Amino acid sequence: MVDTPKPAETAKIDHYPSLFEKGWMNQKVEIRPGIYCYGSKPKNLEYVGMPYPKEWNPSDEDWQLPENWKEIIEEGFKDRLDKFRSLKLFMDICVRCGACADKCHFFIGSGDPKNMPVMRAELLRSVYRKNHTIGGKILGPFAGARELTEDVLKEWWYYLYQCTECRRCSLFCPYGIDTAEVTIIGRELTNLLGLNPDWIAAPVANCYRTGNHLGIQPHAFKDMLEFFTDEIEDLTGIRMEQDFNRKGAEVLFVTPSGDVFADPGTFTCMGYMMLFHYLKEQGLDITWSTYASEGGNFGYFTSHEMAKRLNAKMYAEAKRLGVKWILGGECGHMWRVVNQYMETFNGPPDFLEEPVSPITGTKFENATATKMVHIIEFTADLMKHNKLKLDPSRNDHLKVTFHDSCNTARGMGFLEEPRYVIKNVCNNFYEMPPETIREQTFCCGSGSGLNAGENMELRMRGGLPRANAVKYVHEKHDVNMLACICAIDRAVLPNAMEYWVPGVDVTGIHEMVANALVFDGEKKRTTDLRAEPLPGMEDEEDV
Amino acid sequence: MNFVLSILFSSFAVIVVVLIPWIGVGALDLRILFGIIIPYAAMATFIVGIVVRVIDWSRSPVPFRIPTTAGQEWSFPWIKSNPIDNPKGTGGVVIRMIFEVLTFRSLFRNTRLEYRRIDGVPKIDYEWEKWLWVAALLFHYSFLVIVLRHFRFFTEPVPGFVTLLQNLDGFMQMGAAPFNGFGLPGVYLTDMLLMAAVTWLLLRRILYSQMRYVSLPADYFPLFLIIALGFSGMLMRYLFRVDVTSVKELAIGLFKFSPVSPEGIGVIFYIHLFILCVLIAYFPFSKLMHLAGIFLSPTRNLANNSRFVRHVNPWNYPVQTHTYDEYEDEFRDKMIEAGLPVEKQAESTADTEEKE
Repeated sequence: MVDTPKPAETAKIDHYPSLFEKGWMNQKVEIRPGIYCYGSKPKNLEYVGMPYPKEWNPSDEDWQLPENWKEIIEEGFKDRLDKFRSLKLFMDICVRCGACADKCHFFIGSGDPKNMPVMRAELLRSVYRKNHTIGGKILGPFAGARELTEDVLKEWWYYLYQCTECRRCSLFCPYGIDTAEVTIIGRELTNLLGLNPDWIAAPVANCYRTGNHLGIQPHAFKDMLEFFTDEIEDLTGIRMEQDFNRKGAEVLFVTPSGDVFADPGTFTCMGYMMLFHYLKEQGLDITWSTYASEGGNFGYFTSHEMAKRLNAKMYAEAKRLGVKWILGGECGHMWRVVNQYMETFNGPPDFLEEPVSPITGTKFENATATKMVHIIEFTADLMKHNKLKLDPSRNDHLKVTFHDSCNTARGMGFLEEPRYVIKNVCNNFYEMPPETIREQTFCCGSGSGLNAGENMELRMRGGLPRANAVKYVHEKHDVNMLACICAIDRAVLPNAMEYWVPGVDVTGIHEMVANALVFDGEKKRTTDLRAEPLPGMEDEEDV
Repeated sequence: MNFVLSILFSSFAVIVVVLIPWIGVGALDLRILFGIIIPYAAMATFIVGIVVRVIDWSRSPVPFRIPTTAGQEWSFPWIKSNPIDNPKGTGGVVIRMIFEVLTFRSLFRNTRLEYRRIDGVPKIDYEWEKWLWVAALLFHYSFLVIVLRHFRFFTEPVPGFVTLLQNLDGFMQMGAAPFNGFGLPGVYLTDMLLMAAVTWLLLRRILYSQMRYVSLPADYFPLFLIIALGFSGMLMRYLFRVDVTSVKELAIGLFKFSPVSPEGIGVIFYIHLFILCVLIAYFPFSKLMHLAGIFLSPTRNLANNSRFVRHVNPWNYPVQTHTYDEYEDEFRDKMIEAGLPVEKQAESTADTEEKE
């Protein structure tokens, strides 16, 4: 692993390609350490039956491609043109107006011209033109067409895994061309040759086998939550036991496994657990599952098919347990998949019922087909009906801003609900500049399976636009907490903050909810979930 | 291919396009070819080409409902949703599409990156940038008005709205020196706007380094072609007057499918007509198809409602999954030991006891 350059070094970015470039088609790709992720281990591809497993390293000259690799890609490309109108259209109608060029966090953070969204798509378009258009066949480079070669394939790979499928470019495109769609399908093509980063392939294999990306086995999953139960008991004096794999529960809860595994996601997880316990007496009948123990879906970063294969267990488990509906945790791409794919992939879930909150009686009209409710919606509804006793002053040590996750913002439009919940549980909330939030939000820079360690330079570059906006509110309003509703955000933004904006921490929203939640008979809280003293309690000894 | 080569290649192609009718009519007097056959062929290519392309696009299904949501979704009654930028049904989609097609709403969002470093610390701003939107809007609407104005050549009697448009378009500039002082006809506002917008669209491609980097010959060629089209049209109107009566005779003949080839129309007209023919014949094979494509774009023309309205993928196929039974088979012992409920008890309790 290479050392990540210092921020001042990384910040030397030139966004203006020089006057006399020899033309992008003539520039051979240089696969730089710190930018790319390691290649997939054969065992991870074998476990899920993906083709051409092998030991390989993207920096090798020889990628050990099968002899007929070109045929495989060209067949695969053609097949997808016939299956996805999006791809066909997006290959044809771009006018290269440049509106998307400076909208990508990776271009802003790297200045690499091939990170302009238009270029990412042009890398594929050029080959498309060569094989599928008359002009491209006759005029070649004069029609923007080029032959598919090994170097072109490597260039595809290098840049397809420098896109987090955040869709910010698609917002600005006058034709709605969505680079995420191009990347998703482009990655499917690389997977036909066994060229997945291991950081994606390993979670996929894990998830397939153990139910979650981190490979947590059932007993360990239970152990981890029991550990949190102990922590919560220390904090509140109340034992908040959770149910696992319980048949006949009304609701199944599914959240990204990152919440179970690493700080600060764990505090969000404790937040869910405390909320569930709080609502138990009011009639919430909910269970966790060790089998459907992953809301996230790294299959979605591999291929549509793999996304469907991993997603299937949510409905399968809901059916087996006989629950009425599913509640989903705070996660970004999980909710893109739930909102825009799940019911089409694996529906209709006619064994479930249209979700109704057992506490408020609210019918979730916007989830009547998927039968799956976002926990932020669920909590917002509770708050609207005054079902939670809250003491927002317990979050007074936090000055909070909210990072809209790209997937929930541009793949769902989930903008107000999280803000409503935040405003109910904390008194100091400040928005970042409007060009960096809501539908215009910036990616964390490490989404879509790029949250590995070996590509830290890329991640810090991609995280720069988000960090820069946080820095603005950090300096102006003294903001010290970045709230988000995405497990990948929680996993990666702490790095980006430490690198670009030291002094800002990262939290999920339900961690703040749990801080503020007042339980009957709890002991006086002196610290928050992170065991940091509450405002005014700095001197109190924690007994 | 660098930008110099791209520009040279495209401008060379346009020069050839201009020379062909110049020689063809000017020297060889092939009026029937350039006045009748090529226009029909171009028109046929245009219409058939577009239809074929749109059918070809439509043959590929839309497996998933993937709108780019640009505003608050529809959820609780007490949360204000944005029915246009995040439509929940057909009505909202129609409005979104109308805004997109008629006002270029997405392009209106455009901003410009302003990247600075102050003492080594990056500072990023997103500046106001509506020029691309302004130029695009002016360009497309001027083009539309110009096309509509041309109806006076193909129709007899000329429809009222064409005359009105013509008067409005001309009125704006009427008497505006210096042109009138030289005895020229009233200048059309849209002629000026179109040329200005096209020039700006070309200049930004060449002057902005990011644009220069992404631009292909296929971007310069239509711009040069449109500049040549506008320029030849303006030359005809303002400098080398042609016999409008004969032009109209030819045009009406073409549209009534009883073509005639009147004499005495200047070569400049045939050049103008041929450039137009090339443009429309090129249209279905080029990026200009964005005109039709926008209507089919799945990130814009779909409602964000797949959580409450089922969307069917026509090629959805069964996939291999790792079932709960397989999962329990692997982890059963550990699950039992951890006190997790299982479907099947351990296979033979006797064996386990023996081992112990």
